[in-house]
Amino acid sequence: MTARTAWVTLGAVAALVVAVALAFSVGRYPVAPGDLAALAWSKLTGAPSGVAPTVEAIVWSVRGPRIGAALAIGAALAAAGAAYQSLFRNPLVSPDILGVSGGAAVGAVLGIFFALPILAIQGLAFAFGLVAVALVYLIATAVRGHDPLLVLVLAGVLVGALLGACVALLKVLADPYNQLPVITFWLLGSLAGAAPVDLASALPAIAVGFFPLWLLRWRVNLLSLGDEEARAMGVETTRVRVAVIASATLMTAAAVSIAGIVGWIGLVIPHFARLAVGPDFGRLLPVSAVLGAAFLLLVDTLARTAARIEVPLGVLTAFVGTPLFLWQLVRSRRSWQ
Amino acid sequence: MTARLEGIALGYGYPDHPVGRDVSLSLSAGEIVCLLGPNGGGKSTLFRTLLGLLPAQGGEVRLDGDPLATLSRAAIAKRVSYVPQAHAGYFPFTMRDVVLMGRTAHLSPFAAPGKRDVDIAEACLAKLGLAPLADQVYTRVSGGERQLALIARALAQQAPLVVMDEPTASLDFGNQARVLDEVRALAASGIGVIMATHDPDQAFLCADRVALLHAGKLVADAPPREAITPATMREVYGIDADVLDVTLATGETRRVCVPRSRA
Repeated sequence: MTARTAWVTLGAVAALVVAVALAFSVGRYPVAPGDLAALAWSKLTGAPSGVAPTVEAIVWSVRGPRIGAALAIGAALAAAGAAYQSLFRNPLVSPDILGVSGGAAVGAVLGIFFALPILAIQGLAFAFGLVAVALVYLIATAVRGHDPLLVLVLAGVLVGALLGACVALLKVLADPYNQLPVITFWLLGSLAGAAPVDLASALPAIAVGFFPLWLLRWRVNLLSLGDEEARAMGVETTRVRVAVIASATLMTAAAVSIAGIVGWIGLVIPHFARLAVGPDFGRLLPVSAVLGAAFLLLVDTLARTAARIEVPLGVLTAFVGTPLFLWQLVRSRRSWQ
Repeated sequence: MTARLEGIALGYGYPDHPVGRDVSLSLSAGEIVCLLGPNGGGKSTLFRTLLGLLPAQGGEVRLDGDPLATLSRAAIAKRVSYVPQAHAGYFPFTMRDVVLMGRTAHLSPFAAPGKRDVDIAEACLAKLGLAPLADQVYTRVSGGERQLALIARALAQQAPLVVMDEPTASLDFGNQARVLDEVRALAASGIGVIMATHDPDQAFLCADRVALLHAGKLVADAPPREAITPATMREVYGIDADVLDVTLATGETRRVCVPRSRA
């Protein structure tokens, strides 16, 4: 198991490195691998690179921030998804299904609607994401006597529908020339507008969310056994649960606030990570994060190179994620039980 | 001071749905107490209340003299462990990981188990004959092996008292006997075990005391021979049964309880 984990981790990191190199080199202005190596070398040593300034600007100013954003957001969404899945004892929940993404979307659209600064948009996204997941959880615990999993998913669908209506209302009210295109593009998910200033505010939030998840990694395993067993083994379940939900929601909201709604990553990536390294959260969390980062970066590279126009990220992750997930579903039930 | 868990004039159940009241029951280190009672009689609810997983609806639970409500979950878990009925609703953890989870109460909140904890978990697996299954996935072994793994997990918790909720339910004949052997071995090593069971014969086999629960009240709390009689079986289960002494091939005499057929 340990050897396998090491190999999987190594493979995931290798995939990540390849994805980063690929993302830097392809695009409207292809950058030769030699130039890329020279630039990286000059960044490390401070020696002049001898590469044309245009190419240098493309690599560091245009592609760099976008690649950084893709990595951070992919890691954040996958890590949050892994946390929610362990917490709710269910490999089918994700930030989308629990209403976190929808709630964060309402918060962020409100922020755009009132032309607030990026930090305020993030704060609103976090607050609404938290409210949404709390609402879903409250409904699921209040409705007894049914299959709890079914109730949880249904509650997520209900709250999601309500949040969707709120977003639709804001779209109708928004200025059709300035705000509406921004909101629409943003709801489909995109990293086209990712600027260093966005990264500077989102990265700390993502790190602040990741850190408690890592600290609580062992206790999260026990939560996945259910409340009673976890408490009987000495876990203060309420505190751990609140900390994990707040952390995962913060990460999701930070991701949503710069990239918009990018679905599927929080559902599919942890699922595959669990197949690869097993359910132990101490392994699942880092492997999910690395795989999520690599996956989103590849998808984003595809999004900006596949067609003349930018293909929205949410569209691509769904196109890639749905068949992958279906295939997995049909192939085996291993990671379910 | 020896470990002692006691419910004093305990009311248990839910605020809008009381299940039992005025139950006084104790468990000390080194003894085996069997809790018998009909289905739906509140055995599981009583156990949850004794473990502090449900708030007492009257009276109080004390652990080594301290009111349970004043203790942290970790402090309780270090002194009482819980073996639930084995179920399959887990993520696919390995048997080793499942047993390792028993170490949680001994870890600081942000720590993961270390080498020493793994050693303890391995030893507990070996003690229950599960060492060859350590890398197997818990959800894919047999029901008997799962139940044994949960007992190993309780062992890894290193608490002097163990609460077992029907550890032999849904097990085949051989695994039932195996689990009972382990329960007796635990008691012999100084651990106190209270377990719910549906089988009076199990109580005759291993119990120091039998607590009979009927309609939310304790009907008897006495050595098996006093607690399990045709009269109490009729009172609690509503059936006629004979209590006999049989001689085994080994020469050992064992008391058994045999229900009469109505035909």
